[in-house]
Amino acid sequence: MIKARGLQRRFTSRGRTVDAVKGVDIDVTEGELVGFLGPNGAGKTTTLRMLTTLLTPTAGEAQVAGCDLRADPVGVRRRIGYVAQGGGTGPECKVAEEIELQGRLYGLGKADAIERGKELTEQLDLSGLDQRLTKTLSGGQRRRLDIALGLIHSPKLVFFDEPTTGLDPQSRANLWEHIRMLRSEQGVTLFLTTHYLEEADALCDRILVIDGGEIVAEGTPDALKARVSGDSVALGVDDDVTTRAAEIVGRVEGAHELTTAPGEVRFRVPRGDTALPALLRAFDAENLTMQSMQVQRPTLDDVFLTLTGRSLRDSSGSDSSGGDADAAAEASADDNERNEVPTRAA
Amino acid sequence: MLRDTWLIFRRDATLLLRNPAWLAIGVMQPVLYLVLFGPLMERIVTSTPGFPPGSSWTILTPALIVQLALFSATTAGFSLLADLRNGVVERLRVTPASRVALLLGKVLMNGLTTVAQAIIITILAFLVFGLSAPIGGILLTLLIVAMLSVTLASASYAVALTLRNEQAFPALVNSVMMPVLLLSGILVPITTGLAPDWLYAISRVNPFTHIVDAGRAGFRGDFSVDALLTGSIVLVVLMSLCVFWGARTFRRENA
Repeated sequence: MIKARGLQRRFTSRGRTVDAVKGVDIDVTEGELVGFLGPNGAGKTTTLRMLTTLLTPTAGEAQVAGCDLRADPVGVRRRIGYVAQGGGTGPECKVAEEIELQGRLYGLGKADAIERGKELTEQLDLSGLDQRLTKTLSGGQRRRLDIALGLIHSPKLVFFDEPTTGLDPQSRANLWEHIRMLRSEQGVTLFLTTHYLEEADALCDRILVIDGGEIVAEGTPDALKARVSGDSVALGVDDDVTTRAAEIVGRVEGAHELTTAPGEVRFRVPRGDTALPALLRAFDAENLTMQSMQVQRPTLDDVFLTLTGRSLRDSSGSDSSGGDADAAAEASADDNERNEVPTRAA
Repeated sequence: MLRDTWLIFRRDATLLLRNPAWLAIGVMQPVLYLVLFGPLMERIVTSTPGFPPGSSWTILTPALIVQLALFSATTAGFSLLADLRNGVVERLRVTPASRVALLLGKVLMNGLTTVAQAIIITILAFLVFGLSAPIGGILLTLLIVAMLSVTLASASYAVALTLRNEQAFPALVNSVMMPVLLLSGILVPITTGLAPDWLYAISRVNPFTHIVDAGRAGFRGDFSVDALLTGSIVLVVLMSLCVFWGARTFRRENA
């Protein structure tokens, strides 16, 4: 569905050049749900804008949905759907108007556009909102409308740019459901960017991690996590046996970063869930009692930290509930970025 | 492309009709000039030598219509900046729709809007102030402002797309339009009889002077080559250039 080689974008402004994307290779096969994860400014949106014909690559080439990006951008446009970060509806437009216009710009007749729009509004829980101005919709509804607009021509490949930025947790969970259904029920290939770890984790079959304009890692969420520091395990024991417990733990294959405190032993191990049963038996054999145990799977932020030495910006407390202001600030920061990019390009 | 143009035109028309107040607000300024400034002109025109022929109303009304076109069309870029901010431009650009149609649909709507507003002003001048002008001449002037509106709106969109800055855009538009307006003799015609030579010379270089002159000629029913030729040529050339510029910006703009 997507095959990009050495895709690169350089912006020049006032004599300074910025390599926003430094030559990325991307392969996405049909039916995959691939996530593009990275902090703000990593080059996610720039890459996406190149793949969706909105930005001409400085170098490199790509086949998108069977068409050559450079030779046949109109062909690409016909075959893909794109749901932009900030959406794309006019606040004073009615839902039905936007849907019909979108359908007709993709070449559908009036009746077909309306028919297809009905189908989509039902699928996306937007029924009954036809005559509402888009500015009166809730954030979640508006985002679903954006998705409806992106799907109006039944594309086989859909790009989502930060689909849930700025949404509340319920809307986000709801949107994830819709995105999953697109794939499972309609076999749509999906490529999405996100800087939310749990989003990439929850949705994607495969993740590309981008940082500083380069892809720094690639794999399934689990593979990426396993690759890094391993699970973090904390054992609670009686104070006076802490040292003996630590000795036993030290014998576990792959255990590292072992630290102790009175009554507590912490370490990392590639697979915490499989290491624990053996550990329990070892404790039994030595007649030691384990008071508690805790296994924490590494987060994608751990992955990112290991790969780049930096934390993803919104890593801590990114379980979204408190993050609305943050998300909004980010969204507007991204807007600025988006507005500036073409200036630099010009 | 025609179909796409029509679709975009219709979208903008729907939006305008949803908030017709904007139409009225656009008309307010020229109406105020007509009511609060026009009566002053009446005396001055008759007692001052050097004015072009015609009554004060046939001099002022077409000029106000041109001024209206200047104002409303040059600020058209604002709506585009809003569309950029809302992501509408991006969304439309990712569809297979013709890029040129995305521009044409909008500027044609700008042209039609200006004509509608110009008609309101003309009717007002006719009913309240006893403007007398031949219908053919009025139609000609309406055509002129429609073309002018298309011209300036194209330029405005091109500038907005290039600048992409909601603060800088009005500042730029103002600093360009203010001298253009003063030098086109909209309020007081810049004639050899009224203006010093240097001012007259500068005003002749301003393309909009000739367009205002052509508009005035239409209102007084003067269809002579002398009165219309320069203005028409200037307008056609400007329109071609600006539409080309706008279309190029829409097509090229980071794509």
